[in-house]
Amino acid sequence: MEFAKYILKRCLQTIPLLIIVSIISFFIIRLAPIDPLAELRLNPSISQETLNKEIKRLNLDKPIYIQYFSWAKSFIKGDLGYTSAGEKVSTKLKERIPNTLLLTVIVIFMTWIVGIPLGIFAAIKKGTVFDRILTVISSIGMAIPSFFFAILMLMFAVKTGWFPVGGLTSYNYNEMSFIGKLIDLSRHLCLPVIVLFTISLSGLQRQMRANMLEVLDSDYIKFARAKGLSEAKVIYKHALRNAINPMITLLGFEFAGLLSGAALTEYVFQYPGLGRLILEAVMKSDINLVMASLMMGTIMLILGNLIADILLMITDPRVRKTSAEVQ
Amino acid sequence: MEFIKKLFDDKFAKAAFLILSILYLLIIFADFIAPYSSNYSNREMSYAPPSQIYTINEKGKLSRPYTYNYIRKYDPALMQTVYKQDRCKKHYLRLLPKGEGYKFLGIIPTHRHLFGTNDGGQLYLLGTDINGRDVFSRLLFGGRISMTVGFLSLLIVFPIGLLYGGISGYFGGIIDTLMMRFAEAIMAIPSFYLLIILAAILPSGMTSVQRFALIVVILALIGWAGFARVVRGMVLSIKQEDFVQAEKVIGASTLRIILKHIIPQTTSYVIIAMTLSVPSYILAESGLSFLGLGIQQPDASWGNMLKEAQEFTNILYRPWLLAPGGLIFIAVLSFNILGDAIRDILDPKGEVRR
Repeated sequence: MEFAKYILKRCLQTIPLLIIVSIISFFIIRLAPIDPLAELRLNPSISQETLNKEIKRLNLDKPIYIQYFSWAKSFIKGDLGYTSAGEKVSTKLKERIPNTLLLTVIVIFMTWIVGIPLGIFAAIKKGTVFDRILTVISSIGMAIPSFFFAILMLMFAVKTGWFPVGGLTSYNYNEMSFIGKLIDLSRHLCLPVIVLFTISLSGLQRQMRANMLEVLDSDYIKFARAKGLSEAKVIYKHALRNAINPMITLLGFEFAGLLSGAALTEYVFQYPGLGRLILEAVMKSDINLVMASLMMGTIMLILGNLIADILLMITDPRVRKTSAEVQ
Repeated sequence: MEFIKKLFDDKFAKAAFLILSILYLLIIFADFIAPYSSNYSNREMSYAPPSQIYTINEKGKLSRPYTYNYIRKYDPALMQTVYKQDRCKKHYLRLLPKGEGYKFLGIIPTHRHLFGTNDGGQLYLLGTDINGRDVFSRLLFGGRISMTVGFLSLLIVFPIGLLYGGISGYFGGIIDTLMMRFAEAIMAIPSFYLLIILAAILPSGMTSVQRFALIVVILALIGWAGFARVVRGMVLSIKQEDFVQAEKVIGASTLRIILKHIIPQTTSYVIIAMTLSVPSYILAESGLSFLGLGIQQPDASWGNMLKEAQEFTNILYRPWLLAPGGLIFIAVLSFNILGDAIRDILDPKGEVRR
């Protein structure tokens, strides 16, 4: 019961946050010297009727705060307007968000599966050759710009011809069998995943190593060792549980970092994700699309943090206790 | 002094410091070291490969280093332009030859460059780009932007972050709540999305100096919130200390307490955060310029030079265009290593983790 209450409270807290974010981004975009309908006006396939509808929907003839309220009202109703190409913004987002989520979820999953054990291992074997090699590799991974690495991978793909370049599916995707589709998808996902995986793995591995070392240095571990527990028990039962909690908090940040990193990677690989969508929208000054995808990105980020918080409550009894006390 | 000695005891930190010093020397004296100016362009020589430098002549004997010029030809069989060396004339490399005029350190007008070739020889150490501009020279000039953007942004981020976090943490209550909600909102927007939007709404008719200044400001606008939050956390605990209470009793003004007594306590954290955050600004600037939203042509920055490497033909046939990426990597790596070393020295708790 306490648990449900806490989650509800956290959800409610995100509402004012979303409102402030929407105000900030709305004013940034609207106060810019850009005509939000310029592209629509120039597009011959857009009728005057649609244009008028947009002007009315956005209240462009009224002062800016009224524009904001009307925008917010239609946003809550789920009406996001039209892109400058005349498509519905919501269909466009529905098409792109799953792709970005797919990419980031795969990457987070993989980094955790590989990064946590590597971090633990490096901490236990601190100062050995293995640890040094890992440190060097992770320094390289942290320093390489995602777009440069993506270009290098692209070079590799073009030279060897092992991986398809660009997009998420091949042109004949619809004719493939289910397994064929799966293989095709994973072949396209391979390069972007490798790029993002390498970059986020380095950070995660380092953080885990640092946490683990800090915990291993604490008094209760010394005590556990002193009372003669086996090393395996000390590490996996006592140290690991405490070292992993801060990592869960980091999960939310990791998600944020991935959203940003993914934008450049998506751009280089021509991957149809949210990051590339917002980039294209920004370049075309497609206001509706920019605003909607910015909000979606923010919501995804907040949700990521929320999930991390809930996970932390499950794993860390102390958090559960303090949050109960707050109520 | 103790600090510098400790820093240099670390082999990696020493190497990183050395590399960064060399990089900064290169960009400070870019006018002198680069054989060409940043705007020099030879339209006949677009995408010329790097000049080969020979030290052994055709008779197999050691010789002064020399190079050959390139001749551009269209090969109908390959359907592309090819560059062949013009073997009839050797161009010897020379120290301090006369080249384009510039002002040394911005004051002394001169024509001398560090190295170059004689009588009409062309020396493209890293080839040329699409406009026939020397990539090596532009790398040095581009470094001026890429390597300073981070520091300039930090000069804006830190005062804002310190003051914002200081005020928020010191007063607490409703002011704290409001200020922190605002900072959290900024942090809740995926930073790169916000970055490209802010960069995209910059008006197009700006001079390059204005654009550079605004990019610095934009990078700072993204970065201050996270920093302010940490400062606030520190201030919350510092304000409980006795010396702050004592100041209050004496009757010092609030601003004085924050500026003179609380903020100085955060110094070591600030230094650590500063060195550790320079790389992220370098990366952000180059990413932005890479997309065409940051520093614009004809100005060079490492990011916008790398923009050309996006095309498949360039990736396959003109690998020298990737050079700026390598430099970004080296600079970021060095800053990271240096930052880690500084943290280990200043933060005694970090000693455990080494």
